[in-house]
Amino acid sequence: MAAIVKVDNVRKTYEGGFEALKGVSLDIEEGEILALLGPNGAGKTTLISTICGITVPTSGAITVGEFDVENDYREARRLIGLVPQEINLEPFEHVQNTVRLSRGLFGKARNDAIVESVLRDLSLWDKRASKIVALSGGMKRRVLIAKALAHEPRVLFLDEPTAGVDVELRKDMWTLVERLREEGVTIILTTHYIEEAEAIADRIGVINNGEILLVEKKDALMARMGQKEMRIELAEPLDAIPEALSGYNLQRAENGCRLIYTYDTAAERTGITRLLNDLQASGLVLRDMQTSQSSLEDIFVGLVRESA
Amino acid sequence: MNWYGIIAIWRFEMARFFRSIIQSIVSPVVSTSLYFVVFGAAIGSRIPEVEGVSYGAFIVPGLIMLSVLQQAIQNAAFGIYFPKFIGTIFEVLSAPLSAFEIVIGYVGAAAVKALMIGLIILVTSFFFVDITIAYPFWMIAFLILTCVSFAMLGFILGIWAKSFEQLNLVPLLVVTPLVFLGGSFYSISMLPPVWQTISLFNPVLYLVSGFRWSFFGMADVPVVASLVAVFGFTALCMGIVWWIFRTGYRLKS
Ligand SMILES: Nc1ncnc2c1ncn2[C@@H]1O[C@H](COP(=O)(O)OP(=O)(O)OP(=O)(O)O)[C@@H](O)[C@H]1O
Ligand SMILES: [Mg+2]
Repeated sequence: MAAIVKVDNVRKTYEGGFEALKGVSLDIEEGEILALLGPNGAGKTTLISTICGITVPTSGAITVGEFDVENDYREARRLIGLVPQEINLEPFEHVQNTVRLSRGLFGKARNDAIVESVLRDLSLWDKRASKIVALSGGMKRRVLIAKALAHEPRVLFLDEPTAGVDVELRKDMWTLVERLREEGVTIILTTHYIEEAEAIADRIGVINNGEILLVEKKDALMARMGQKEMRIELAEPLDAIPEALSGYNLQRAENGCRLIYTYDTAAERTGITRLLNDLQASGLVLRDMQTSQSSLEDIFVGLVRESA
Repeated sequence: MNWYGIIAIWRFEMARFFRSIIQSIVSPVVSTSLYFVVFGAAIGSRIPEVEGVSYGAFIVPGLIMLSVLQQAIQNAAFGIYFPKFIGTIFEVLSAPLSAFEIVIGYVGAAAVKALMIGLIILVTSFFFVDITIAYPFWMIAFLILTCVSFAMLGFILGIWAKSFEQLNLVPLLVVTPLVFLGGSFYSISMLPPVWQTISLFNPVLYLVSGFRWSFFGMADVPVVASLVAVFGFTALCMGIVWWIFRTGYRLKS
């Protein structure tokens, strides 16, 4: 698939000299969901703002749908919808009017049917005549999403869309994101909830200190970096790991009642069959066995710590 | 041109005006009426005619200019400052709108509001004094140009301001004195020669003078000078606005 957003060696130095982006390059493929992970201050919002034209890059080039975001900003921006991290809404405006306004700003003729369907999708239709001030925080966030979708963008940026949103609503948002993807919308979201990235992203990018540490397919990432553990419960505790098993990466746990075998899921051979045979040969009796995969969170924490 | 975008901004701004329509209209009408009572009736009765025009009628163009300038500046300044303040400006900045289109939307709305108020004051003044307008076309032309150029000044102010205090300070400390010293309530020929010369450096004098000429056919400065001043001021403001958007001054980081 072709890249719909191309970020090429973008640097951003804020007034005052702080370099928030240190040569970021990133290709976002059409139709994918990319999750950007990174600690506070990593540069996620700066990167998104630079693509959307709110901040001006110090150097480097960005195209959206082949259009340069500076020279062909009209064509580029028409393709983009942005849900900002901060809840920025005019307090005394009505929900439906503010969504119509967004559609107009992006150069589209008024279309109440589209506005209605966007509001219904976000369970805001009942609130269409309410003033923004009268909405709860979660509703305001949905109004922001509705505004971003009002002009039917091809690329949607969601900057921490689920911050401060309850579990129920978060699931609803994931469903919405999934449906948008089915319609062919490319989605870039930032989040601090790693399980969110794990649940909905196709690819994961990790950014820290203004640098992209990696961008990879979620599954490949988990497979490449994911270590699996096999816990083996023994019928009788072991004082030490027998000589015959010393060639395996085994650890004793819970006073020898349990053995933990760590292996790489991506390796040619995991060694499990051989280990089981050798366990039997050593005369050990197994009570139970269980495997678990390290989560994206472990990977993420490891990466960020390494780069710090 | 992104016409839908321009219209969206314009309607949004007008909606704010109509949301508080009573305040928007009542306050200029009341304050103008007060000026007529105090200056026109109480004090004006002791002032002889100014170049053949009764004092009450003489101050009408100045009064309209005073309100129009204040309204144009205030509306435009607030219109752009508020979204900057609460952060909603991000949407306009990320929309496929050129700087020119954004300015048409905001400045256009502020200018229309100011124009409406100017016309309301004109109508109000008919209740207090007898006036006939000598050159209606030029009257409207001066009014529109003033609305547009000062709305642009207000727009610049709104972008420059970093606080509500600054937003209020400039109209109070700069614009109001210029209007009062610009011959709104007197002809500069009434001033001592030194002050007459100083007054010639006040841009508002040219506006008021030209505007008054369109009513009564008399002016402090030649009409051509007034026209040149209005166009020059409009061009200057346009230049500054253009620079603001080119550099992203106080709009984009
Ligand atoms: N307008 C600005 N002027 C100066 N520095 C800024 C500005 N905006 C952001 N920064 C700095 O740039 C860095 C990156 O900020 P950014 O908002 O992009 O982080 P983030 O990854 O979105 O963080 P978070 O998860 O907290 O939202 C931070 O160190 C921040 O202090
Ligand atoms: Mg952020």
